Amino acid sequence: MTDAPILTVNNLSVAYEGGGTSHTIIDGVSFTLRRGEILGIVGESGSGKSMTCRALMRLLPSSRLRVTGGSVWLEDGRDVLSLSQGELTQVRGRRIGMIFQNPASHLDPVMSIGRQIAESIRHHRKIGRKEAWARMLDILRQVGIPDPESRANAYTHEFSGGMRQRAMIAVALACDPDILIADEPTTALDVTVQAQILRLLQQLRDERGLSIIFITHDLGVVYQLCDTVAVMYAGRLCEYGAMHEVIHRPRHHYTAGLVACQPGSEGGTGRVHTIPGQPPSPGDMPPGCRFHPRCGAADALCAARQPPLRETHEGHACACHHPVGIEAEAEA
Amino acid sequence: MSGTRAISARRIRWPGTVTPLVLGAAILLTWLLIALFAPLLAPYDPIYQDAAVRLQPPSWAHPLGTDNFGRDILSRVIWAARIDLQIAVFGVVFPFVIGTVAGSISGFFGGWVDTIFMRVIDVVLAFPFLVLMLAIITITGPGLGSFYIAMALVGWVSYARLIRAQFLVLKNSDFAMAAVSLGYSNSRVMFRHIMPNAILSSVVFSMSDAVLVLLNGAAISYLGLGVQPPVAEWGIMIAEGQGFITSAWWITTFPGIAIVTLAMGFSLLADGLGEALGVRE
Amino acid sequence: MSRYRFVLYRPFQLIPVLIGISIITFVLIRSIPGDPARVLLGPRTTESALARVREQFGLDEPLWLQYFYFVKNLFKGELGKSILYKVDVLKLIATRIEPTLVLVIGSVLLALLIATPMAAIAARRRGSWADHLIRIISTAGLGFPAFWLAIMLILLFSVQLGWFPVTGYGRTFWEKVHHMTLPCLTTGLALAAVLTRNLRASILAELQSDQATAARARGLPENVVFWRHVVPNSLVPTVNLLAVNIGWLISGSVVIETVFAIPGMGQLLIRGIFTRDYMVVQGVAMVFACATVLVNFLADILTVTIDPRVKL
Repeated sequence: MTDAPILTVNNLSVAYEGGGTSHTIIDGVSFTLRRGEILGIVGESGSGKSMTCRALMRLLPSSRLRVTGGSVWLEDGRDVLSLSQGELTQVRGRRIGMIFQNPASHLDPVMSIGRQIAESIRHHRKIGRKEAWARMLDILRQVGIPDPESRANAYTHEFSGGMRQRAMIAVALACDPDILIADEPTTALDVTVQAQILRLLQQLRDERGLSIIFITHDLGVVYQLCDTVAVMYAGRLCEYGAMHEVIHRPRHHYTAGLVACQPGSEGGTGRVHTIPGQPPSPGDMPPGCRFHPRCGAADALCAARQPPLRETHEGHACACHHPVGIEAEAEA
Repeated sequence: MSGTRAISARRIRWPGTVTPLVLGAAILLTWLLIALFAPLLAPYDPIYQDAAVRLQPPSWAHPLGTDNFGRDILSRVIWAARIDLQIAVFGVVFPFVIGTVAGSISGFFGGWVDTIFMRVIDVVLAFPFLVLMLAIITITGPGLGSFYIAMALVGWVSYARLIRAQFLVLKNSDFAMAAVSLGYSNSRVMFRHIMPNAILSSVVFSMSDAVLVLLNGAAISYLGLGVQPPVAEWGIMIAEGQGFITSAWWITTFPGIAIVTLAMGFSLLADGLGEALGVRE
Repeated sequence: MSRYRFVLYRPFQLIPVLIGISIITFVLIRSIPGDPARVLLGPRTTESALARVREQFGLDEPLWLQYFYFVKNLFKGELGKSILYKVDVLKLIATRIEPTLVLVIGSVLLALLIATPMAAIAARRRGSWADHLIRIISTAGLGFPAFWLAIMLILLFSVQLGWFPVTGYGRTFWEKVHHMTLPCLTTGLALAAVLTRNLRASILAELQSDQATAARARGLPENVVFWRHVVPNSLVPTVNLLAVNIGWLISGSVVIETVFAIPGMGQLLIRGIFTRDYMVVQGVAMVFACATVLVNFLADILTVTIDPRVKL
């Protein structure tokens, strides 16, 4: 892991506009990704973790969703959000690859896997058909698909779940991107296959220096895989730092709750631990800290003012007025 | 945003605030009124032949011109609305009723009853619609009555399939199960609980079916096997004018426009109803 | 190749439908009132001819035995003789197949050629004036009587512009193309209205699909995503729609052949009805029904070919 950030997301905001009103879905999310780093973005469904990554790829699923602010800097100093359509197609796939939760629906069902990969290669590399085909076979081999020569001609539905995910990783890696965004790639897989895919991602990081943004709701996976963690709640980043720091010494009460929810977590009593209440809906966000209605440590300040994301330790930031384990300092 | 194509999840908006439902209903209502008040609206007798005004182009006296017998086209188009609306209505009602009964029996009882019905439906569907109708009309002889008989014998299969499919889904739904477990009889569950739900999609379908029935009725009359001269009907009028298209385009043009507008009314109503009730064809 | 195994056993599954078709045609003709032999041979005939037809079709036997004779003759390829043309009905039909086939295939090709770009424009510019226009035209198109549209096209292209002949079929290849353009365009336009509406809806759904998003995420330009991933996937349901509409298309061709005086099977059917040439009516109806069954079978093969997921 080197120190130069390969991707810097700065104050990214996304709003849903419809029926004359506008709701902020993603509110000022910032993080950086370094070469060879695996960043986990954790949160409940609807926390905006997936949307953040769609936004930075400019792949928002509806015209009613709009990026309302922020920037996404690449290593070479370009802002993804201000690229032209033509430049964008050079960044997608070539700089940033993306894999999804459900490979069955994210691969073209009527085009063979091999042709989908070769198509991307030829689009980005401008090389001949034969050469692209050879490269494609190479990639299939790298992601651990046995007998690539014959599997290349197979269609999505002819693959098993784990093989499909490998195929999708192969499609994403076709043009050797620096960054891979993985949107819950193992959620739909059973545990043994999940472990294989995680190992594959780790291996790709080690061998190619690939940087990975790994979106998940599973802290266990984060623990196995990630170097850094960003915890999202209701469209905001609430805690961000080195993985061991965050998991072992959570500062935000939400993160602490998530950690406590993990079966077999430290201090677990053997009972299933839950966080009381429900996450808020986009049209009905509470003022101040969005977690305060569900937080045991909340007071009037939390309901009144939004806590900024502040560094509590070296490389560990938290957005809380009363961080866990730190004496509350009176705010002026 | 600019990154992706503008694809909104919402339904397409028709220009202005005129919804397909309103527009379709307005068109149908207009034709209905024209048909009802035909004697008042038509300036001439639709079958009165006036040799002095043969093949007259549109003028103040004859706004849509006259045909080769000197009959007023406008009056004929107006009077024909009665026949063509009747074709669209009766041509839908008979198949609707027969198909609904057959489909609900088939779907509700299942088993060998269902198998027999499905086989019959398969065979009827194997014939091109119009070909089977023509074959039936061959036996019964030309005329509007034959058309309705043929329509009923051929058209019921679409409704039967639709209702049957709905029944198969709804039969296993929670509320039907609940009704059976409360001890209601088969027929009560069928007609009180399942039917109202199943029939909804048939009603929407019948609106788009009316378009096909209207076109079929007009086509069969055009071929000379439906409504017989000198009765004014749009399909016949088109057939009668075909020989004069080089000299008198108005004889064929206006009845055709009448068919298109009436059919458009049914199509829009079907679209609008389908959208409003959340039924997809 | 195992996905194509149905090609071997499907014909056997179609046997009940074919039997049903034969029963319906049999019942139809036998339900004409009067002496069946006289009905079949028409009013002007000889006693010896009547006796021959009685014997061939077992017309003096009970009904179920008559059906047996009917099927037996069917297998021998004998559907009886046309009263008007004095030839075997099957031979008569054989001479009429080509124009009808040209009309149906030409219409489908023209319809696809018209509908695909229309649906593409409407779906990609959803909500624009072009989309509204295409939607309105295709909705109106559903209600166009084909025979009227045909006459309007004749008025424009034949009478006003003089580009195409008004009626007939022609002898040489180019003559046939020249004659068949307007008829194919007529049915093609009517079919295009149905296809455009359908294709537009499936393209819209496919544009928002996961696989299209993933294709964009790979950096493929929107045009490539559209034509190589969205359109091929949207065309899959269209093939089925075409197969379902084959009966409708044949029905349309019957009328269009009459309008343009094309010597096809449809025209033969209509003449048969007017001249009470019942053997001809029976034969044409049966051939049309079998053709519909065959086309649906072919459409299944095509579906399996273009969509690797489908298993039949």
